[in-house]
Order: sequence, then C-alpha cells, then structure tokens
Amino acid sequence: MKSRTLIDTRKELPASKQGVASISAAEPTQTCDKSIQAISAGDPIQGAARRSFLKLTGAALAAPLLLSAFDSSAKSRRRRGDDEDDEDDDAPNAQSSSPPTIPWQIELPVAVGQLQPVVLDPPPMEVANTAAGEAGRDLHQRWNELYVRPRQYSPAHYELSAKENPAWVFNPAYPPQRVWGFAGNGPVATIPGPVIFAYYGQPTIVRMHNRLPPDHVGFGTPEISIHLHNAHSASESDGFPGDYYSANKAGPTLASPGEFKDNFYANIYAGYDELQNGIGDPREAMGTLFYHDHTLDFTAPNLVRGLSGFYLLFDHIDSDNERDPSPSALRLPSYPYDYPLEFADRLFDRNGLLIWDQIDPDGVLGDKVVVNGYIEPVLRVAARKYRLRLLNGGPSRFYAFYLITGDNKEQSFSYIANDGNLLPAPLYEQFSVRLAVAERADIVVDFSRYPIGTELYLVNRLTQDKTRLPDKVEKPGVRLLKIIVDRYPPEQDLSQVPSLLRELRPLDPQEIKDAKERRWEFDRRNGMWAVNGKFFDPLRPVEKIERDAVEVWELINDSGGWAHPIHIHFEEGRIIEKRIDDRIVPIPLHEQGRKDVFNLGPNTSMKVLLRFRDFTGKYIIHCHNLIHEDHAMMVRWDIEDDSSDSGS
Amino acid sequence: MNTRRKLLAGIGTAALGGLLWGRTSLQAHEAFESAAIDMADASVDGAQNSYFPNVWLDSHEGKRVRFYDDLVRGKIAVINFMFVQCGDICPTMTANLIKVQKLLGERMGRDIFMYSISLQPLMDTPEVLKAYAEMHRVQPGWQFLTGTEADIKRLRYGLGFYDPEPEVDRNLGTHTGMLRIGNDRSERWTMAPALAEPERILATINHVDSTMVHTAYRPVAAASGLG
Repeated sequence: MKSRTLIDTRKELPASKQGVASISAAEPTQTCDKSIQAISAGDPIQGAARRSFLKLTGAALAAPLLLSAFDSSAKSRRRRGDDEDDEDDDAPNAQSSSPPTIPWQIELPVAVGQLQPVVLDPPPMEVANTAAGEAGRDLHQRWNELYVRPRQYSPAHYELSAKENPAWVFNPAYPPQRVWGFAGNGPVATIPGPVIFAYYGQPTIVRMHNRLPPDHVGFGTPEISIHLHNAHSASESDGFPGDYYSANKAGPTLASPGEFKDNFYANIYAGYDELQNGIGDPREAMGTLFYHDHTLDFTAPNLVRGLSGFYLLFDHIDSDNERDPSPSALRLPSYPYDYPLEFADRLFDRNGLLIWDQIDPDGVLGDKVVVNGYIEPVLRVAARKYRLRLLNGGPSRFYAFYLITGDNKEQSFSYIANDGNLLPAPLYEQFSVRLAVAERADIVVDFSRYPIGTELYLVNRLTQDKTRLPDKVEKPGVRLLKIIVDRYPPEQDLSQVPSLLRELRPLDPQEIKDAKERRWEFDRRNGMWAVNGKFFDPLRPVEKIERDAVEVWELINDSGGWAHPIHIHFEEGRIIEKRIDDRIVPIPLHEQGRKDVFNLGPNTSMKVLLRFRDFTGKYIIHCHNLIHEDHAMMVRWDIEDDSSDSGS
Repeated sequence: MNTRRKLLAGIGTAALGGLLWGRTSLQAHEAFESAAIDMADASVDGAQNSYFPNVWLDSHEGKRVRFYDDLVRGKIAVINFMFVQCGDICPTMTANLIKVQKLLGERMGRDIFMYSISLQPLMDTPEVLKAYAEMHRVQPGWQFLTGTEADIKRLRYGLGFYDPEPEVDRNLGTHTGMLRIGNDRSERWTMAPALAEPERILATINHVDSTMVHTAYRPVAAASGLG
C-alpha cells in the first residue's frame, strides 16, 4: 500500500519550529479518482500558480464537504431511544464513529514551540486594571512581597490569546475546520497552545486575552477562565469556574467583564510561610502543568474546541539543562529533547468535522485521539534520551500507554514523574503507563538503543466504549503516535536518569492522626453528578478551611458503574490509604508521590493528606471527567485566615 | 462515492494545510474565505433539521404547539420534566422555579421562556396541568406541556433527560432534577440542577443570554432587563 507522494509540502515549507506541524505527504490509501490523479501528477507548483492551485483544491474540494456538514455539530445529534420512526422531522442520526483517517502524514515539530516573554503594556497591577479592559478580578494576593520586591529572578511577562483558528487540519483525511486554541507571539492560534517554560523564584504574569468570536454559534462558549492545573496559585489567578470573562460578559464571581485578565503565577513552592526562606519547600516542586479553560458548565466543549496548553516548571534540581554543571542538578533530558505530548479523545462526523453533543447527559467519547493537535502524527527523534511528558487532556477517555516496535514488541522506559511531580526515585524498566483524565506521566525513553530508521509506536491498549469508565487492557492496542529514530544527535547525550530524583517530605503519623477529616462522596443523583449529595454552586463555599490547616480528605466512589478522576486545586496530596471493595490495597509506586488527580475507580476510596498554605480564597475539588464536571460534580471550598467558624 | 469524497477531502486539505502551517497563513486564510461564503449559502438546506424533536404538544393554556417551532426557535428556554403526582422533589422544584421566575422579572416571557413537560402525559391532561399551574401561582412565560406518550419519550431523550441504564431510566424520578437551559440563537445548551439556589440558576440563564453582561444576580439590573 506504499503510494507515491502527491504534494510534498516539506520541500517548500520546512517544518516549523514554532509549535506547529507540517504535512509530509498526502498518501491515499484508496483507489485514486482519475481527475485527482491528473491534478496531483502535475509538476511542483510554484508562487502564484501554487496559490491558485491551493485555492482551487482547498475551496473547491473541501468546501462541499464543509457545506454538507456545516450544521453537524449542532443539529445532527446521535440520539438514544429514538426507536419510534413515526415522524421524520428529526435530524438524521449521526454515526457513532469517526470516518477513517490517514495515519502518519503529519509531522510534529522536532522541538515544541516555546512562548517568548513580552513587555506588557499597560504593565500588570495589583488591582484589576479595568480601565484598560481587565476583567474585575480580586486583588493579587501578596503582590508587594511576591512581585514588586526583588526575588530570585526578575518577573517574566507573557501574553496568550484564546482565539479561533478557522482552518485547523487534524488529519489529511479531514477538512480544515474551526478550532479554538491559544496564540502566543504570532497571530495564529494552535492546539495545544505555546509551551510556557517557567522557573521557581521567578514571578510570572500571563496576560490571558479572550479573542474568541463573541457571536459564536454552536458548542463551546466564548468566555474563558484559565486554570493552571496543579499550580500553587492564589484564588484570583486560579481560573475559578465562576470567574469566566469576555469583553462583554462577567462570570458570577467576577465584578466586571474584560477582554483580558492577568494571571499571576508566583512560582513559589508550597510551604513558603512555613519555611520562611523566600521561596518555599523544594520538596513541593511541580514540573508538568497545563493551562486550560475552566468555564462553569462549559469546560468540556471548550476543551474539545482546543483550549489547553503546557506550562513546564523548573528549579535548581530539575533545571531545564542537561549540561548543568551544578552538583544538585539532575541533568534529565532537556529542551529540545524534553517533549510534552497531550492526548485528547475526539469524535468527528461523517464529513470529518469535530462534533460535541451538548445534550447527551454522558457527553461524547472520542474514538480518535488527537496528539498535540493531530490525529496519528509522526515524531522524528534523535538516537538519544528523551523526556516525554504525557498528558491525558480528556474529556473522558482513559489510557494504558505502551511503547512498541512495528511487530508489537513492548519497549521499556523509565517512569520519572506522576502528575508532573518527580518521584523520589525513578521506576526503571517500565512498560506501561495508565492515565486517567488530567493525569500526567513523565517518562524517559532512550532511543540510542535503536538503529537509525527504527519505527516505534505509542499505543493505547485500554479499551473503552462509554464515557463513564474504561474497560480492559487488550493487545495489540491502537497506534496513536509513530516515532521514527531518524538521526544521530548533533552532540553527545550527557543527560541521565539519576537513581534519586526529588525528596518527599516524610509522613508524620502523629500529624495524620491529629488532622481534621472530611469525607467527599462522589455519586449520581437526579440525572446529574453530585458530591455529598449536592451539586456545584460557585457562589457559596461548602467548606471553610483555615489557612495552614492539615487535613485528611477521604474520597469515595461507592459505585461499580463509573470512575471519577478527582482533581483538587491549589495543593497536592499524598495518598495514605487506598481501598477497593472496602479492602485496603497497596498503593502503586507511581501513586506514592504527590498527586493532584486521584483516580477513583469503581468501588474505590482513598485517604489523602493535604495542607492549605500561603494563600486564601475560593478553590474547588471536582471530577476531571469533563462531562461529570460540567454536570455539577464540583465543590467550592474556601481558605480563610483566622477562621472562627472553621469547618462549619 | 463515499470513498471518493474522503479522498477529495484528503487532497484538498493536505495542500491547504501545508500552506497554513508555513509562514504564509494569510494566503491560506484568503483561500478559505470563498469556502466560508459558500458554506453560509448552503446551510439553508439544513433548515428542516431542528436541534430538538419538533413534536406536537398541548399547553396548560389549551394551546396546541410544536415544541421546536413554537417554543424554542430563536428563544432562550429553561426546560424541565415533572408530573403532577410526583410527591418527591417536583413540588420543591416548582417552588424553586417560581423564585427564579421572580428574579427574572420582566425578562420572563419576553426574553426567557420556561417549559415544564409532563412525564405522565396520560394523567396530566391540559386541565390537570392548568390546575397545577394555578395552584403554584405560575406567572406568564411559563408553560406546562403534555402530549402523546411516544412524543414525550422522544422529547425526553431529545433533551437529554435519560440514563443509559434501562432500570434507572424507567424510574421517572431520575428525570425530575435537572433543567435544560439554552439559547437557540447561539445553539448553546447546558444543564443546571433544578434544586440549586435560584441565583445560581439565574447565573446559568444569564450565561447563555448574550444580552446579559453580568451573570450574577443584580436586583436593579434584573428588573430593568439590562446588563
């Protein structure tokens, strides 16, 4: 089935290094129509001629497909229970699986696009700059101390714009189509957005513009509230669901609308007050974070549209420099060999257009997996070690990743971080990684073991046929990403996976014994998803927690019918007990570090140790299966100073 | 035929995609504008498709209406399912929605429409529903609706009030706790718990109402219908 190249765009347009991929070739897998052959067999097309050719092929060929499917996202919904055929005014049933794609045509960039700092005009302020168009957020907490006063590094300023890209191509088999992504230093929005490289000790402002189309029709809502997942962020910069904004809309917990909002990421470790060392407790360092929209009731459709991106956080140990001479540096593989990969399940209609059913109470399970914006892309790597940071971007699919050769032989790697946090020691010789929605895993793969030209695949072996929970691990799995070892590295690979990574704070049995306990039971009620029998209300806290409290939260899923990956904002937790079917089970090694997503499988409960440090304000705990989250499985809890009614 | 169309899509997009992802995105955008115009023209042929089943219903005011054409098209709607004999949460829910109606003030029946659809259409005749509405002192802009069993079931599924587990789905009480809230003009739909605080429900209504700047309840603004 090897076919010849139709249009080799690589010759004219070298792979961009700015975070967008290139198509290497269109490879028809089916019999070619004669008229198409006639066009494609032509000589390489240049200049103006090429433009009109593109116009012809793009508009003339893709447009009819777009036309017929223009309304598909909104109107042609698949319906259950539509067994009465007595009336015909109904929309036709959409198919439940996406049309075939053409694999391994789109190449991911060899290095991810890094967001570059900018000069913000007007400069960021403690109080919301509503006169300049900032949304009416609360004051930045500890502004003088953490931003104005000189710290380890001078402040870094960035700008991101949530905006539409009218012609994103997920796969050559699908037409260019509208997505929402983030634009950084250039005008074009990409999915995922540009990667932010941030450093502990450096106060960082990300000015988040909302340039989504205000008159948007269809799924997705053109407001944003950007959450930096797992960050130790003060409430006003945390992307609270009720803090959504656009130039002409203010969420219920914001004072006024705005075209932008400044999120202040102090990049202190948790434990800043406790240690009094001006930076916090390095044992609390995070590494792989991601920013994404968190708009109340609409997080799933807005993420399906594409609103997410990576934020990588470094310090003197995990220093983003594999040649770091400092003895404390771990020298893990670093940029460009440090490579984040987001996996996101999506469903497409019969014309290859992205769909989301706003009505189905169980949401939509995607059968295509979009890897950094593309279906079945290729990553070319050098024969050396790589740090791959895997993220399950959701909305509802779970994964069991394996790295295999073309003949399905499993390959080993080192598992170094879960939920973005370096483990105390690497787990060497691993063969699989399981990720619930929003979980992350950093692995190091040594591609120097393979001859040049070797082709490997990252596959998902976890089957799943509904959004509620995954099924079982089954060989050989679905191939999601092809990796080609295609060159020797230009320099010797000095990176390493040392036997010790990041120290964990020891658990103190007395402290655990003394800790206040809270129970959070995740259940279904009245056709929606409840926590302790209640549905999310962004306007009032269910619990008030005193700053510096140490608590044990018990997270409970008493059902066998679904899984809930529970995410706690602001502070990470340590699992101190895990039960399945009411029996205590060993905590898997990769879950023994600090976590921010606690995957409650069927009939599972966990006890989690948490501290609430350094900032006050409103935060949440919620299920990160996005359809459960949008259907109210979320709780607001507040951290308060000197709370006289703590826990009431 | 299908095969050929997929192939066509593949070639068209490969060419365009390559251009887009290079440094010359403006050209690609330009090429695409003509496609966008054609799309707008042709979307007309999809007009007979409605987002929801367009079934015939009877209102408590004795009107015969089509669900999509008469009740939803071009409107902001708040929709729930109930039945008169439901002693569980329905009365509380109805009382809660009365509070929402009060918060909405003049917008009710002008910008915002509420619909309560009976899950027991055989028992809940228009007359029974009329008595129920009067007993709860329901204000204009809120209609109680009934129809044939088949149409009601179809509507219930079409509005997303169902559970994939058949035994859960058969329990009528499963379907009485949610509100389907949306704006047909922007084709944007969401859900809110029917027993949530009225101000929280109002915030969701205000979210899908593109004329509302502030989604939080503001007494004066709500009364005047302005942001």
